[in-house]
Amino acid sequence: MSFPLLTATAAVPAIGAVATAAVPAAKRTAAKWLALLFSLATLALALVIAVRFDPGAKGPFQLSESHAWIADFGVRYELGVDGISVALIALTALLIPFVILAGWHDADALDHDNANRRWRPTQGLFALILAVEAMVILSFEATDVFLFYIFFEAMLIPMYFLIGGFGDRAGTHDATEGAARRSSAAVKFLLYNLAGGLIMLAAVIGLYAVTADQLGTGTFSLSQIVQARAAGELTMGAGTERLLFLGFFFAFAVKAPLWPLHTWLPGAMGESTAPIAVLITAVVDKVGTFAMLRFCLQLFPEASKWATPVILVLALISILYGALLAVAQRDIKRLVAYASISHFGFIILGIFAMTSQGQSGATLYMVNHGISTAALMLVAGFLITRRGSRLIADYGGVQKVAPVLAGTFLIGGLATLSLPGLAPFVSEFLVLVGTFSRYPVIGIIATVGIVLAALYVLVLYQRTMTGPVRAEVQGMPDLKARELVVVAPLIALLLFLGVYPKPLTSIVNPAVDHTLSVVDRQDPKPDVRVNAEPHEAGSDRDAEAAK
Amino acid sequence: MESLIALLVGAPLVGAAVLLCGGKRLDRTGHWLGTLLAVVSFVIGLVLFADMLGRGAEDRALHQHLFSWIPVGGFQADVAFQLDQLSMTFVLLITGVGSLIHIYSIGYMEHDERRRRFFGYLNLFLAAMLLLVLADNYLLLYVGWEGVGLASYLLIGFWQHKPSAATAAKKAFLVNRVGDMGLSIAIMLMFTTFGTFAFGPVLGAVGDTSEGKLTAIGLMLLLAACGKSAQVPLQSWLGDAMEGPTPVSALIHAATMVTAGVYLITRSGAIFNGAPDAQTAVVAVGAVTLLFGAIVGCAKDDIKKALAGSTMSQIGYMILAAGLGPIGYAFAIMHLVTHGFFKAGLFLGAGSVMHGMNDEVDMRRYGGLRKYMPITFVTFGLGYLAIIGFPGLSGFFSKDKIIEAAFASGGTQGWILGGAALLGAGITAFYMTRVMLMTFFGEERWRKAPTPSPAEPSVEPAAETRGEYTPPHPHESPKSMTLPMILLAFGSVFAGGLFSINEAFVHWLEPVTSFEHGHSPLSAAAVTSATIVVLLFGVALAWLQYGRKPVPAVAPRGSFLTRAARRDLLQDDFNHVVLVRGGEQLTRALEQIDHSVVDGAVNGTAVSVGGLSGRLRRLQTGYVRSYALQMLGGAAVLVFATLLMRGV
Amino acid sequence: MNPINYLYLAALLFTIGAAGVLIRRNAIVLFMCVELMLNACNLAFVAFSRLHGNLDGQIIAFFTMVVAAAEVVVGLAIIVTIFRTRHTASVDDASLMKL
Repeated sequence: MSFPLLTATAAVPAIGAVATAAVPAAKRTAAKWLALLFSLATLALALVIAVRFDPGAKGPFQLSESHAWIADFGVRYELGVDGISVALIALTALLIPFVILAGWHDADALDHDNANRRWRPTQGLFALILAVEAMVILSFEATDVFLFYIFFEAMLIPMYFLIGGFGDRAGTHDATEGAARRSSAAVKFLLYNLAGGLIMLAAVIGLYAVTADQLGTGTFSLSQIVQARAAGELTMGAGTERLLFLGFFFAFAVKAPLWPLHTWLPGAMGESTAPIAVLITAVVDKVGTFAMLRFCLQLFPEASKWATPVILVLALISILYGALLAVAQRDIKRLVAYASISHFGFIILGIFAMTSQGQSGATLYMVNHGISTAALMLVAGFLITRRGSRLIADYGGVQKVAPVLAGTFLIGGLATLSLPGLAPFVSEFLVLVGTFSRYPVIGIIATVGIVLAALYVLVLYQRTMTGPVRAEVQGMPDLKARELVVVAPLIALLLFLGVYPKPLTSIVNPAVDHTLSVVDRQDPKPDVRVNAEPHEAGSDRDAEAAK
Repeated sequence: MESLIALLVGAPLVGAAVLLCGGKRLDRTGHWLGTLLAVVSFVIGLVLFADMLGRGAEDRALHQHLFSWIPVGGFQADVAFQLDQLSMTFVLLITGVGSLIHIYSIGYMEHDERRRRFFGYLNLFLAAMLLLVLADNYLLLYVGWEGVGLASYLLIGFWQHKPSAATAAKKAFLVNRVGDMGLSIAIMLMFTTFGTFAFGPVLGAVGDTSEGKLTAIGLMLLLAACGKSAQVPLQSWLGDAMEGPTPVSALIHAATMVTAGVYLITRSGAIFNGAPDAQTAVVAVGAVTLLFGAIVGCAKDDIKKALAGSTMSQIGYMILAAGLGPIGYAFAIMHLVTHGFFKAGLFLGAGSVMHGMNDEVDMRRYGGLRKYMPITFVTFGLGYLAIIGFPGLSGFFSKDKIIEAAFASGGTQGWILGGAALLGAGITAFYMTRVMLMTFFGEERWRKAPTPSPAEPSVEPAAETRGEYTPPHPHESPKSMTLPMILLAFGSVFAGGLFSINEAFVHWLEPVTSFEHGHSPLSAAAVTSATIVVLLFGVALAWLQYGRKPVPAVAPRGSFLTRAARRDLLQDDFNHVVLVRGGEQLTRALEQIDHSVVDGAVNGTAVSVGGLSGRLRRLQTGYVRSYALQMLGGAAVLVFATLLMRGV
Repeated sequence: MNPINYLYLAALLFTIGAAGVLIRRNAIVLFMCVELMLNACNLAFVAFSRLHGNLDGQIIAFFTMVVAAAEVVVGLAIIVTIFRTRHTASVDDASLMKL
């Protein structure tokens, strides 16, 4: 048997979490380094996956592992990756070291406050982050629906403690009030996601019942169900399929989050520290959109097509609604949260447009949004730590005193508004083109989102960074070495993937083609067949056409 | 040779990267590096130009395919360049004027502590603009298109500590984004119609496409052009963009970036030729803007804003010409090039004046400056003569041709367009003479302390009014600034004439844009003499008002039209009321809805569950015997239910 | 005698016990009533055992006795403790355990 690479990639952060938690209270710094080390080891393993992955290989999943687990219910420990999951595993493994580095001092205050030596905030913070990483990676890898469900739900536990326990202390004058707001945000996060998860559980059980009924033995294996459907051994009634689809989709729409199930996100991101907010929006939420692509579409292709119009409209509302609300925000982090809602609208739009451009774009969007939001949010976090306020109105003229900070913030913002040359442009344009080629009206309305994105980003930049220097901002230090180490690679990556996204598209495209073939949808054909020789001089034909 | 094309873009791009990431080490030398790389780019451009001249007219186009950029299914975007005669014209204009303005900026920005960054942004602009004109497909063009928008944003807001500059920068970017929306929709339409968006295949397949599709694509491209080229209805940002340093106004907001819309329409000529309705829209936009800009230019007291109005108006001419189809493309580009020379020269002249006048921009605070700044006066004067179309100078040749072509477009439309263009020429003469007279002639109004203006309460009283007023000491600018002005003045004088020898420029562009002679209802001589008459009339009117009578140091209240023109014909007020206010109210309402309806529904559920459990809690009395009763009841229900199920 | 009659008796005893639990206040009496109910159940089990002709019912009756004995031990201990602290054995007075 070959080396279980996928298990190892998830096991390393899991072991790291345990090891970090076990570090004695006095050795806080050691715990930080240990956590960083484990996250880097995970990154290395994720890169090995990316290298070992062969985009041209046949079959939907690679590097598969499969072991019987709960034999009585057909639950298997079954892992496997396609191009989409490879991209997202790489994103997760990449972002966690930056999250850890950015949150290097986030628990220090708690450690100082607390005389009780048995409660170790620093160790707790980093162990929880690693635990989330392990579970997110496993949910990207799981090809057994039940296995996926377990990690999908279990990651709520560490997230709950991360939001409620290590919240942002900036801008709360009253410690009790701040704690109350934090815990209410954490509870809201938990309740929303649990509600989604429980409905999904019902659908998971329903799926088992259907497979048990028709195949003789119930199964949760994605590839087995897809095969059985293709072979005609498994047919679901339209009603059943739609109900099951809705059960799954509801959970993912909460996680993603899709309008009108989004209201937990601004609270959760606003009240948690910037690195945790990045963890929520850039990593954990991606499981929702990823699962739509992998489970909703592949398990229930007919129902997906049935629900497409409604979902597209909801996604469109998310795009515009999120962007408009971002304009109205007074709190930097809530602004980024609403911007993310708008971006998730784009991702879901791309997924359900059911074109190769749309879905490749959506997958790229997940990766690029992760990187760009991380860049913007982490710089915002550095800014907030310096000034001790989350309110936009408390800033002004930062550009003058901390030009590097302002510059990186601007680049993060420009990435958020999808400036060509930076990575998010590629994905946003693909999503728009993919949507437009099948649903022109929706595509055109979604394009309005790019104007609104420019509005909220530039208003944020103008109010915080430009203008006369405010007294409170005077003497604000520029980015330190540790902070630069966090931001510079992210920006470099944004530039690289904006200019040369081919490494990503080449692994994502086959997976998207597979998904589309399962759903049985082809790209619309252009009206006019152009014998596309891309490097042909157009000038003479141009002149002909003119006459 | 092909491999040089990438270098053309690469040199300034490297400059931008080095200057922006280099840190304080480069503060001393950064501006030299930036200028050097701009000149390098110009030299490469010249080499390529010489090479191109060496080949026959039909195979002058060069291609360079760098790499496949976004390959997804049928969507294949490449990073590939195409250098043909049209691109070449732009390359030389951009790098040439760009290099001169780099040199000018060395002197102009000498005392600015962030000069290195300024040159970094300028190089970034050059790279993006070259990418725009060299791209061989619309998506890559879009990258350059937004890239110049970014550079423009950074440079307009270069003095970020001034809130007005930051606001102007944001406004420019936002308005441009509306136009960009048009461009992206156009690209999407091309993709769904043709399955590609590279120039060659798209423009070649136009014949097989329905007119409706072409009209849609054309209108979307026009929207894009309106945003970038400050045409009605997306013109509002250009006046505010004058908040940027003057070299920026000269390079970006006069000579190059704002003309990108003309490039786009000319490049997409085949599409417009197949869509007459879209062409009508283009000429309408051009004609309206050329009058709009001219009227605004008449009322502005801020020298840069007056010139901005003029830029808008001149680009209106170009768009008008481009909308006329094959009879106008070449003249649009020719006017674009000559305008690049004289308008850049005028702006640099204005910058030179401001440099000597403590950054004063109000022309009512100028006067009689010709004695103090002779070089500026002469170069500015030549630019002035060129722009009003004085016979023999550049503007004369290019503008006259456009007016002629407008008449030639035929029928009523031809008369309307020609009349508008002719009227515009008269107004141009009026406002430019006004600028000239108020700045360089008349009494020296800057000697007296300024008085706050009652007509325009928005103008804040200058700082000097509080203390003792010390008049500025007007002086000529350093050589690094006057040299580019002199060179541009040469261009303003001779370029048009050179281009018109044997219609050299038209023949140069013909393989790309195609060309037809228009059939004008008026003879060429009639148009030319009408133009000259209108021109003299405009000059005379301006002289009557600003030359013969002293210019009041405080703007008079003026007629309704004057006041409206001062406020950019009220379009900012319109935007403010409709878009800004409306938008604010919409977002506020949405936030309320988000809080009370969307979140309220969820919270409402939570509250009602809580309320229900509050009620149910009362059952928990603490009395053992009531619990016992409940247990008994429960047991009874269970038994009953079992019996019932059995019965069924 | 027909074993059904034992079931009637068990039902009667159970009803008396249940009514006692609901009506009486004294903890000791309450306890006795609970015992009565348990014994009614035992009687029913044994009767069922007889009716069905197997020993399951009798085995469960033994279980019940053991559980009842254990319950008496714990229950009486609690009642004694309550009586010591409150000087009363009325169950209505011990109503603090509520939300």
